[in-house]
Amino acid sequence: MDVVYILWQRQMKRYVRSRSRVLGAIGQPILFLLALGYGLGSVYKRAGEGNYLEFLVPGIIVQTLLFSGVFWGIQILFDKRFGFLKEMLVAPVSRFRILLGNALGWATISFLQGVFVLVISVALGFRAYNWFLLPVSLLVMVALCLALTSFGAGLASIVEDFQGFQGINNFIIFPLYFLSGALYPLTNVPTALRIASEINPLTYCVDALRYTMIHQSHFGIIKDLLVIALMVAACVAFAVNRFNRIQA
Amino acid sequence: MSRPIIEAKDVVKRFGDITAVDGISFAVSEGEIFAFLGPNGAGKSTTISMLTTMLRPTSGKLTLNGHDVTREQDAARKSFGIVFQDPALEEELTAYENMAIHAVLYHVPKKEQAKRIEELLKLVDLWERRDSYVKTYSGGMRRRLEVARGLMHHPKILFLDEPTLGLDTQTRNLLWDYVKRLSETQGMTIFFTTHYLEEAEGVADRIAIIDHGKIVATGTTPQLTKQTNTKSLEEAYLQLTGKEVRDEVSLSNNGLNVRTARRNQRLR
Repeated sequence: MDVVYILWQRQMKRYVRSRSRVLGAIGQPILFLLALGYGLGSVYKRAGEGNYLEFLVPGIIVQTLLFSGVFWGIQILFDKRFGFLKEMLVAPVSRFRILLGNALGWATISFLQGVFVLVISVALGFRAYNWFLLPVSLLVMVALCLALTSFGAGLASIVEDFQGFQGINNFIIFPLYFLSGALYPLTNVPTALRIASEINPLTYCVDALRYTMIHQSHFGIIKDLLVIALMVAACVAFAVNRFNRIQA
Repeated sequence: MSRPIIEAKDVVKRFGDITAVDGISFAVSEGEIFAFLGPNGAGKSTTISMLTTMLRPTSGKLTLNGHDVTREQDAARKSFGIVFQDPALEEELTAYENMAIHAVLYHVPKKEQAKRIEELLKLVDLWERRDSYVKTYSGGMRRRLEVARGLMHHPKILFLDEPTLGLDTQTRNLLWDYVKRLSETQGMTIFFTTHYLEEAEGVADRIAIIDHGKIVATGTTPQLTKQTNTKSLEEAYLQLTGKEVRDEVSLSNNGLNVRTARRNQRLR
């Protein structure tokens, strides 16, 4: 337990000490929220769909977690580059515990950023329909953070350097994001787009947050939670499997 | 000669088509200072990586302190400390925090942690700077910190992978003084790689000359010069390894360098 704790603590110390990182990571979602929320709000209203800002907030929270989660997972690449990974790998500690300590650290950071964004949304006028469901929303966020940091860690264990990271961003992260229904409702979209969204686990995360925050759901909360649970299990298994194979 | 604490038997490491280490065998006895001397790309770092459980050998057997390196990784890991070729420190943390992480990773008893960290940081003259971030440290300070860290769990063996690369003469001498003292006072076994002849000659009890992944000769400096009928270690070394310049590339590997080959293999 000590090992997991000290590695978690290392990530937290790094995070707290670099304020630019804190600001940088929440700057992007806030920009999206303002630009899209206010920019498309009137069109959305005219189409008879209601308040776009409200609709958008769950999507932007998932966006925050997606980008920061995978980004933190990618920190393994930095540790590889700057050598600290070797120090951890030659220690008489199982790889699983090393991964766990680091991943919990990244997940905590990523979760905190999601919470920041939620707080800022509330300051901008967002109101959840039932605050008693907030713990469920937070739980969904925690699950998503764990899944995404694991996913990022698994990817980082495979690619050799930062050139690979650009490809991951463009061919995995952005498609996942755009096909998650974060920005538009999935009712009445073309069939191909609908199918692509339905096989994207992130869609279910957005849907679960929308259900618990603004009482709108495409799939139903039970199905959402099941898919999320499966996603967490798959991502953690992927990370453990890949991280175990790293040879430095 | 006492029982070997480091033993390699017919160890081979291939990366795809490239053979980085080609059937090496050697034994180091307890308390010995042993040097791996060879040109760039000879297989020195690959061997250290295998000995320290970071790379799995393709074939052959490695034992540390009686533990099989591939089968009993944790036991093997507890028996050595290592100073890597490139610094392996967390730069965003202080020296003290780096030491504290290491203490936990190596299960140093809680009560002893603070005492050992203080002792070691004083030994390498970094106690006054313990609360500075490592990113503010110079190359020499980082190396000293890594040596201190590598000693924290009282290892029986200390590996040093080209530890003096990029250090000035003063720091270099200081580092070797520490190392020799450790060997004398604690009977610690030291295994280091270098391509500086004077370091191998001045520090090591025995030297293995490695080239193209093979050990071409092993022995003390007098033994090596006698074997090759030469007058100095430098002459012996040049006679054994030839005079061509190495760029981590060897012709036997179709001109590919080991690091590129490793990368290609991992992407495949």
